[in-house]
Amino acid sequence: MDLLRFATAGSVDDGKSTLIGRLLLDSKAIFEDQLEAVEATSKTRGYDYTDLALLTDGLRSEREQGITIDVAYRYFATPRRKFIIADTPGHVQYTRNMVTGASTADLGLVLVDARQGLTEQSRRHAVLLSLLRVPHLVLAVNKMDLVDYDQEVFERIRQEFVTFTQRLNVPDLAVIPLSALKGDNVVTRSEHMPWYEGSSLMHHLENVHIASDRDLRDVRFPVQYVVRPKSDDYHDYRGYAGRVASGVLKPGDEVMVLPSGLTSRIAGIDVFDREVGEAFPPMSVVVRLEDDLDVSRGDMICRVKNAPEPTQDVDAMVCWMTREPLRPRQKLAIKHTTRGARALVKDIQYRLDINSLHRDTETRELGLNEIGRVTLRTTQQLLVDPYEQNRTTGSFILIDEATGNTVGAGMIN
Amino acid sequence: MQTPADYRLSHLDELESESIHIFREVVAELERPVLMFSGGKDSIVMLRLAEKAFHPARLPFPLLQVDTGLDFPEVLATRDAWVERLGANLVVASVEEAIATGIVVDDGKTSRNRMQTATLLDAIETNGFTAAFGGGRRDEEKARAKERVYSHRDDFGQWDPKNQRPELWSLYNGRLHEGEHMRVFPLSNWTELDIWHYIARERVEIPSIYFAHRRRVFERDGMLLTESPHNPCRDGEVVAERTVRFRTVGDLTLTGCVESAASTLEEIVEEVAVARVTERGATRGDDRFSEAAMEDRKKEGYF
Repeated sequence: MDLLRFATAGSVDDGKSTLIGRLLLDSKAIFEDQLEAVEATSKTRGYDYTDLALLTDGLRSEREQGITIDVAYRYFATPRRKFIIADTPGHVQYTRNMVTGASTADLGLVLVDARQGLTEQSRRHAVLLSLLRVPHLVLAVNKMDLVDYDQEVFERIRQEFVTFTQRLNVPDLAVIPLSALKGDNVVTRSEHMPWYEGSSLMHHLENVHIASDRDLRDVRFPVQYVVRPKSDDYHDYRGYAGRVASGVLKPGDEVMVLPSGLTSRIAGIDVFDREVGEAFPPMSVVVRLEDDLDVSRGDMICRVKNAPEPTQDVDAMVCWMTREPLRPRQKLAIKHTTRGARALVKDIQYRLDINSLHRDTETRELGLNEIGRVTLRTTQQLLVDPYEQNRTTGSFILIDEATGNTVGAGMIN
Repeated sequence: MQTPADYRLSHLDELESESIHIFREVVAELERPVLMFSGGKDSIVMLRLAEKAFHPARLPFPLLQVDTGLDFPEVLATRDAWVERLGANLVVASVEEAIATGIVVDDGKTSRNRMQTATLLDAIETNGFTAAFGGGRRDEEKARAKERVYSHRDDFGQWDPKNQRPELWSLYNGRLHEGEHMRVFPLSNWTELDIWHYIARERVEIPSIYFAHRRRVFERDGMLLTESPHNPCRDGEVVAERTVRFRTVGDLTLTGCVESAASTLEEIVEEVAVARVTERGATRGDDRFSEAAMEDRKKEGYF
């Protein structure tokens, strides 16, 4: 059994909460006491049906306002896979939340109402998922029951979406007609849509091929922590702990440590009390080297002829996440892999309109929930790859040094 | 020739790797971490992951236990066995002592569990801990579903759900001001079933009360509570011996058990897999006070 993380996008009106409620219910991730609480609340509110959306309503302040303010994580499992859903609200602060939810996702699920067709919001969600390089995309055309399960309605929406995504970077797209309320094509294939030959949503989630999404070629091992027991039993032990970002490491491999550029060979790779023959993403391991080099947190172990670029000039797409706008000359803290530095905003090249994909080069600042292309100068070299090649060594966060808050997310060009 | 499919981790290995990454990140970036250890299954899994994260070195932080004076003796025994095996440093913060010194007021109505919060915050402050690992999981309860891995607390130890830092990729932001601290939840993405699968796989010691045993119990508010001088029976409550086990461990006056014959880890996994009621709904009096009970306690600074 492996793990698939997916992000959902859409508003209550698209039936997103109902769909998630159904996935949880049908995979038995909802317990009787939770269902009873939701049934009771539905009754108190005078609904004549059990509002499955209540299952995913989190905090009281949200329930009172009837909105979702933040990314919520949900869990379910089938015999084939464990799933983690990053459930992001479609309206308030959608960009900040969607970017957060999508940053770790293997798959993005966009919902549309069959009666409405594609909206500005669904296009926006697709743009953000492609910007975050979520490798798999599903468009769920919901409420098919309300359009008499009409193939033409579905085909029109599907065609329009396929055309739209040709302008984006979407390596894998599936379009599924369904009814979350009636359960059509959610877990089992619908009898109402014999014209649809694809799989149900659950079947697709269980079988979508994610094994090839990871880069097994370019070795990137950001050193997180140096393990030095200094005990009698392990007097000379010195290991470099970290999580493999990409590539496969094996004992005996010749490696280079950046930024020093010194080379050595891998003496051994430890996972707790046993040695392993290889390490691959996303394993957390301890790497020992044959030579006694000066390696510390923030360094990167890679191959001699395949290394990231050390640079102090970072060109990236930045999503801005706080009210006070981002402006040139601003100074921020930056965290990239296990390395921290300070960064100066040199230029905002353009602001990307995520509805029209238009580049506004006139802008001098980025506001809350806006995305733009930014150049930064850092106080220390960062060891970077383009985000489209590596989601770990290509991403960073920006931190306001006064408040300590995370204020921006960057994807390196 | 190996294919990409050969380089897949199982879901348990992936969760383990993520948690180990979190432990190392905190130790590398925050000055005085501590692990909140209750002796329950979640804190034992945390301890196992911490052991793996720093092997062959010893744990680079102490354990903190809030002693309510109402803990199950079996749980304390397991705690001591773990502390001894790992050579770990244990700090005990006692609710009794906090009452005696006036940090906590026992008005006779507040449960020990709630008084734990004040005791805990005092222990964090007096020891100068800047990061406290907790065993909370997002699947436990609705208010937890939006909790961050790094949960920032102000200088009153409080949680503000509307003012959390966005958390992207696996880039955690550990910045703190003087007096603030971070709660860190390495088990955020684990479910109850994952915890049991992992305990069964790792064969680690857990308190014996998780396994089926004969116990003298009585029924209160639909829960089976253990007979104890700390928890005298009220009118009409009848003590009887039954075969039970606990799904969670906490204050023994509030933690109920369930009738069960599961006496091995495999049998527990099987039972949890088909359970139809959440662990907290079934056996935790402290979470039942109101629909938003957990949300309120978290805001005050609970685990």
